[in-house]
Amino acid sequence: MIQRLIRTLVGAAVVAAFAGSTAAQDSKVADELAKYREALADGNPADLLEVKGEGLWAEKRGPKNASLEQCDFGLGPGKLDGAYAQLPRYFKDTGKVMDVESRLVHCMVTLQGFTREQATKNWFSKPGTESDIEALVTFIGAKSNGKPINVPATHPEEKKMYQIGEYIFYRRSGPQDFSCAICHGQNDKRIRLQDLGNLTTKEGAGTAMKTWPSYRVSQGAVWTMQRRLIDCMRQARFPEPNYLSDSIVALQVYLQKNATGTVMETPGIKR
Amino acid sequence: MNKKIAITFLCVALTQFAWAEEKTASGKSLSKNPVSAEAEKVFRDSFRVDSPKYWSQRLEQDETMKLCSQYKDNPPVAVRQKIELAQKATIRYPVDGKLLGDWKEGEKIAAHGRGGHIGFIQPDKPMTPRGGNCYACHQLAAKEVAYGTIGPSLHHFGKIRGNSDEIVKYAYDKIYNSNAFSACTNMPRFGLHSWLTPEEITHVVAFLMDPESPVNKD
Ligand code: HEC
Ligand code: HEC
Repeated sequence: MIQRLIRTLVGAAVVAAFAGSTAAQDSKVADELAKYREALADGNPADLLEVKGEGLWAEKRGPKNASLEQCDFGLGPGKLDGAYAQLPRYFKDTGKVMDVESRLVHCMVTLQGFTREQATKNWFSKPGTESDIEALVTFIGAKSNGKPINVPATHPEEKKMYQIGEYIFYRRSGPQDFSCAICHGQNDKRIRLQDLGNLTTKEGAGTAMKTWPSYRVSQGAVWTMQRRLIDCMRQARFPEPNYLSDSIVALQVYLQKNATGTVMETPGIKR
Repeated sequence: MNKKIAITFLCVALTQFAWAEEKTASGKSLSKNPVSAEAEKVFRDSFRVDSPKYWSQRLEQDETMKLCSQYKDNPPVAVRQKIELAQKATIRYPVDGKLLGDWKEGEKIAAHGRGGHIGFIQPDKPMTPRGGNCYACHQLAAKEVAYGTIGPSLHHFGKIRGNSDEIVKYAYDKIYNSNAFSACTNMPRFGLHSWLTPEEITHVVAFLMDPESPVNKD
């Protein structure tokens, strides 16, 4: 762990050096990523966030001065090994299908006494503002490393969310006639220089989903799956869906079911 | 002039005819999907109610979008033909009737990929011009290596196809309304959505056609 951390710290310095040119051309970013991967070997700045998330998980916080250690992600209170890999899933206590972020926020509200607004205020980081959710999700995600994604969507509510996700995936609208399928519905395509997996297949969805949450070099930050999908809506020229909205959870059920069986490798590192 | 007015009338008539027909057809077929009504509601409810009106308008679907979504972009032949006919009727031409503009302008439009991103997190600045973003999906000039592959290569388009009036018109029509030729294609309908103006489209056409354009020259 210590050795991994040191490598990560070196890596963070490398990232900082590249972060200046984030808006640079795609081709330049591709070069940077290649150089960057070399420099990092198997370290990842997300490892730092993972450590932070581990601390936040156990820390007593909020009006109820409680930790998150009793949070139940579907495998029992506090059971995190493999939890991320089997989400989203249906939860009896809320009567809803929830993804890792919805469930985490639910626990911050019910266990720690935060309001929903407080819990979600910084759901993603900005330069100068860190995000507890990012750190916690990175930590929780890493607890599924090596575990196969397992979202069979057999419960009727999960099945319905899968169908809703599929509906949204193919739903075209907006001034560019886009849908998710335009960019992610075929094998071996790319937009500019970015490879686009075919998210309708096990292979494509698996390659994508196993790596999240991921450190994004071009953004200099870890992105959660909510952040990733909300940004894809932006790329499609749609308005911005709300954080934790059912559309985003439904899309995740669709993608995770397609990816089921793929072994998790998270936190990932991406362009 | 008289001829032009007549054509315009014909077009309008055709559009309305096709539109009316599409409505009944889709009304019937859309009810087949068991979750679509609920899924549509879930989707709509996922956006902020206080967002500007022109944002929510981007969630609206015309008949073509509805049919393409329903058939996962692979409609049966009859539906395909109906879409193509209706979309052909939407095409409008520049007032002076010239379809070949300035390829240098077209080169800029083809390369420009920003514009039209909305939202609270990373919107484009309000006055950002909207580009054609053709390189996102197509290879064009050989010197630009950062091109996507969602669409076919258009390198040497004019050189290979020639620049007869028919090809010029085809290129214009295709960019104006891609679905007039291939229903449910991944290519946006640039003219129909006023994403590009007819004049801007003529510039892009010139970029594809002109022997001096880097699309054909190199
Ligand atoms: C205009 C094209 C476009 C549209 C439309 C689009 N995306 Fe994306 N998507 C991208 C790009 C570009 C990336 C990043 C690829 C990269 O950086 O290499 C991406 C990345 C992703 C990833 C992560 C892939 C990975 O390998 O880690 C997922 C998952 C995803 N998109 C899902 C969606 C969903 C769901 C929708 C519909 C709401 C959607 N996208 C719409 C272009 C698009
Ligand atoms: C989102 C991806 C996308 C974008 C952006 C896009 N296209 Fe296309 N284009 C396609 C696809 C896919 C096809 C092939 C299917 C079809 O014919 O519609 C195509 C086909 C074409 C064709 C017909 C080619 C032939 O051999 O007949 C032309 C011409 C064309 N595009 C021009 C353009 C121009 C000019 C732009 C920029 C203004 C552009 N496209 C932007 C995806 C795209």
